[in-house]
Amino acid sequence: MLLLTHNMLTSNCIKGVSNGYPLIIKATSIKKLESDFNPEFLIRMIPKLDWSAFYKATLMLGDAEISIPEKLIDSYEKDSEFLKKVHHALLEVEVVEGDLECPESGRKFPISSGIPNMLLKEDEI
Amino acid sequence: MAQLPTPVYNIEHILNSNVYEPSEDTFLLLDALESDLPSLECLNPTLVVEIGPGSGLIITALAKLLQGKAQCLAVDINPNACVVTQNTSESNRVKVEVIQSDLLSGLRREQKIDVLVFNPPYVVTPSEEVTEGEVIVRAYAGGHKGREVMDRLFPLLSSSLSDKGILYLLVIKENDPEDIIHRLSQYGFIGKTLLTRQVPGEKLSVLKFTRSCDEKQL
Repeated sequence: MLLLTHNMLTSNCIKGVSNGYPLIIKATSIKKLESDFNPEFLIRMIPKLDWSAFYKATLMLGDAEISIPEKLIDSYEKDSEFLKKVHHALLEVEVVEGDLECPESGRKFPISSGIPNMLLKEDEI
Repeated sequence: MAQLPTPVYNIEHILNSNVYEPSEDTFLLLDALESDLPSLECLNPTLVVEIGPGSGLIITALAKLLQGKAQCLAVDINPNACVVTQNTSESNRVKVEVIQSDLLSGLRREQKIDVLVFNPPYVVTPSEEVTEGEVIVRAYAGGHKGREVMDRLFPLLSSSLSDKGILYLLVIKENDPEDIIHRLSQYGFIGKTLLTRQVPGEKLSVLKFTRSCDEKQL
């Protein structure tokens, strides 16, 4: 699971949960990947992100190499250093094993071999 | 003309994992996407999602096409299909993010998906098989008119697809494609048949939906 994917996941689907975002990442295994830097793609993707959740996610991983500013900077389109940091945090860090935890209910969603399991039981919906 | 080549896949692994193997419906969907490549290129999608990828062939083909230009995401309820989809994408050296979930449950719905592909369980079966069948049965069991699973997705579309978003949906004649197009028009989408193919026992079609012009102006 990349941080890009984490940015799109929520536990608001649980009955009674209204504040299920962002999910807390409890990683037990993280893998670094290499992927081609494509600033044009990042410039299209950044407006789709919840920046605050992305920033919190980088803190949850507690890795100094993964560092982005707390607030989205102005005219980021032209800042290649900034885009490279975003690229690394968003697309080159894979949470392989661990849990995602609902910040409100504490419900855990296991991540196994990089695949988060967001399935809920019938009585949770 | 641009092409959408069929990715490599490991049929033994697919069958051993009890996952729906690539069949006529899968290949029709690939052909339909290939025929629509000009609109996909024009859209320049950022986020591409497939629901129910099964073997992962379709989302892998799209990931190969869009390599580096879009994020591809696959959601399957069947854990084996999730693993097989991940393997298929890795065998083709592309990154597909895989999530185990039911339709779009667990995903934020803020009109971000640019391309959504769904080859749903479409076969007409007793309703019990939709929820109580074994995983391989649930890959095709569509219940009443074969519509029970896809009908649950339709109300989520408007909040999930981006302004210019496209849904590609595979259906059979028994699903009543005309009625599906009518139903989705009530949610602000305009639909058309992209490609139809008669195979033994099934008349398959791929429907394409975009937001209707009226909706865009709102």
